[in-house]
Amino acid sequence: MEKFDVHTGRAVPLRASNVDTDQIIPAVYLKRVSRTGFEDGLFAEWRKSDPDFVLNRPEYQDASVLVAGPDFGTGSSREHAVWALQDHGFRVVLSSRFADIFRGNALKGGLLAVLLPQEVIDRLWEAVEADPATEVTVDLVEREVRSPAANVREPFELDDYTRWRLLEGLDDIALTLRHTDAIGAFESTRKSWLPVTL
Amino acid sequence: MARTMAEKVWEEHVVRRADGEPDLLYIDLHLVHEVTSPQAFEGLRLAGRSVRRPDLTIATEDHNVPTQDLLAPIADPVSRKQVETLRKNCSDFGVRLHPMGDIDQGVVHVVGPQLGLTQPGMTVVCGDSHTSTHGAFGALAFGIGTSQVEHVLATQTLTMAPFKTMSVTVDGTLRPGVSAKDIILAVIAKIGTGGGQGYVIEYRGEVIEALSMEARMTVCNMSIEAGARAGMIAPDQTTFDYIEGRPHAPKGADFDAAVEHWKSLRTDEGAVFDAEVVLDADELSPFVTWGTNPGQGVPLDGSVPDPASYEDPSARAAAEKALAYMDLKAGTPMREVRVDTVFLGSCTNGRIEDLRTAAEIIRGRRVAEGVRMLVVPGSMRVKEQANEEGLGRVFEEAGAEWREAGCSMCLGMNPDQLKPGERSASTSNRNFEGRQGRGGRTHLVSPQVAAATAVRGTLSSPADLVAQ
Ligand code: SF4
Repeated sequence: MEKFDVHTGRAVPLRASNVDTDQIIPAVYLKRVSRTGFEDGLFAEWRKSDPDFVLNRPEYQDASVLVAGPDFGTGSSREHAVWALQDHGFRVVLSSRFADIFRGNALKGGLLAVLLPQEVIDRLWEAVEADPATEVTVDLVEREVRSPAANVREPFELDDYTRWRLLEGLDDIALTLRHTDAIGAFESTRKSWLPVTL
Repeated sequence: MARTMAEKVWEEHVVRRADGEPDLLYIDLHLVHEVTSPQAFEGLRLAGRSVRRPDLTIATEDHNVPTQDLLAPIADPVSRKQVETLRKNCSDFGVRLHPMGDIDQGVVHVVGPQLGLTQPGMTVVCGDSHTSTHGAFGALAFGIGTSQVEHVLATQTLTMAPFKTMSVTVDGTLRPGVSAKDIILAVIAKIGTGGGQGYVIEYRGEVIEALSMEARMTVCNMSIEAGARAGMIAPDQTTFDYIEGRPHAPKGADFDAAVEHWKSLRTDEGAVFDAEVVLDADELSPFVTWGTNPGQGVPLDGSVPDPASYEDPSARAAAEKALAYMDLKAGTPMREVRVDTVFLGSCTNGRIEDLRTAAEIIRGRRVAEGVRMLVVPGSMRVKEQANEEGLGRVFEEAGAEWREAGCSMCLGMNPDQLKPGERSASTSNRNFEGRQGRGGRTHLVSPQVAAATAVRGTLSSPADLVAQ
């Protein structure tokens, strides 16, 4: 996993609440068996049906920070939503509220999902709409989002463990495998009548 | 200290706890399907890892599978590839698979309980958000992403921070024609699609206690639609009776020991939930959605709401957008909304009881002119049982299509899709834009309302049929 410390990039204003993962990537795009190449599915319906949709606008082409409305990533647990955002070049999603599974998936995969007050999101939206070249810095070391042009300097919360894992770019499985002994010990205490599938 | 059921189950599964780190939680059952698993198996292969406990893992084909002509190869090459990949992965890693044509093939959340694999007090995960279904047994069951699927395959554990707890108490008595589906739609409309975020919901109260296991599964299934990670219902005699005798249920003295343990899981007297919600069942009536998220619902007796009636500007904007997509006008009575498709199925309402309920209403009647009704059993066992009871005949004689098991039009990954502009009454769980096919419009309903709607062609309750 790529390490994340400080990222500065341009931002896309996505003024919509309750953007579910079926919108982020419709089911017909889930059929690949590889882990990459999902960018064509990202917001596919909206990109197809609305020429003015933000991601279709040339001025937001190279943005790497998505500034989303509340309840982003609701619905299906598909991690493809995270991959599609990453394949498109996003490294950060900012929102005032995320669906739990989406946020978990994002943070596992190195896409930083940062919670900010809606009032800060509003300010970022305005600044980025007024000037699409506005840059936003997401600083994981300091746990802070900065955008002088939007007059934003806002701390955010992220637990120490996740922060450390992202800063180091560490794979969760390798970390857990260090505790194989504890897992084995736990297994020896499981109730004998618990079901097995084989 | 008095504890909730969710806290007890969590504590029983902590493998390792360290300051400043999430808990390492043991997983008792891992359900796998073809859509969210290929990249996880690929990850194992790349890292040279194996599946730690194939004996606690089970796979089925459901999301992509066609629901007719099972013997022909899957027409869509990408769907076929996913199914073939799952078969190869299961055989390479020693995981048991119920493929198409197998009597235990079906929607993953119908198969687990039916085999007796889902039991109280277990931790159950699957790369699918409706894993919350299994909480109906008093299991802690939640959906996970593909990275976590890989994590569970490799280690049989997950690293997780604890959830908060919420109780949803439903007291009173349900009026006739009001079902589990209406309860959960009303809960979601009340707390909102984000209202359960971060919580495990425990459903309680006399109405919940009186529900059958299948109805409890319908309620827990849609917990995720309220944003919750999981839903749970305390195990009781209804639960024990349902499990006893199933293929993977404990037998003899083991069963007695298990029941003893299961009884101890109930939330202690005096335990405190982080949030509490109360619903009066006497006020509930059949519920239908009008918008593009499951929280946008009203009683069937109501009408399409006016976006201007919302004070919150973002709710107002969302309602306007939804009405435009759904092609509905504010003030239209829900009963006047005409559909061209009725879908009866999914892990929400594709179990035998759901089919029985709908068949009872449809028996001797005809699906309305111009309406297509798809009946898709949740599993091949459900189909077999329905055929034994003559339900398949009832659907066919009414002019409905009686299909094979799978997710089907719940998400339209297989050929069962709405065409642009088509409108369905669907017993599934999501009415998102395009969920059932590009440009398709979905109204979420109970099996009762689905059946009555099929007969009348407009959103209806069984009472409307009697009046006819
Ligand atoms: S029936 Fe629908 S909700 Fe259930 S597992 Fe299948 S696609 Fe998901």
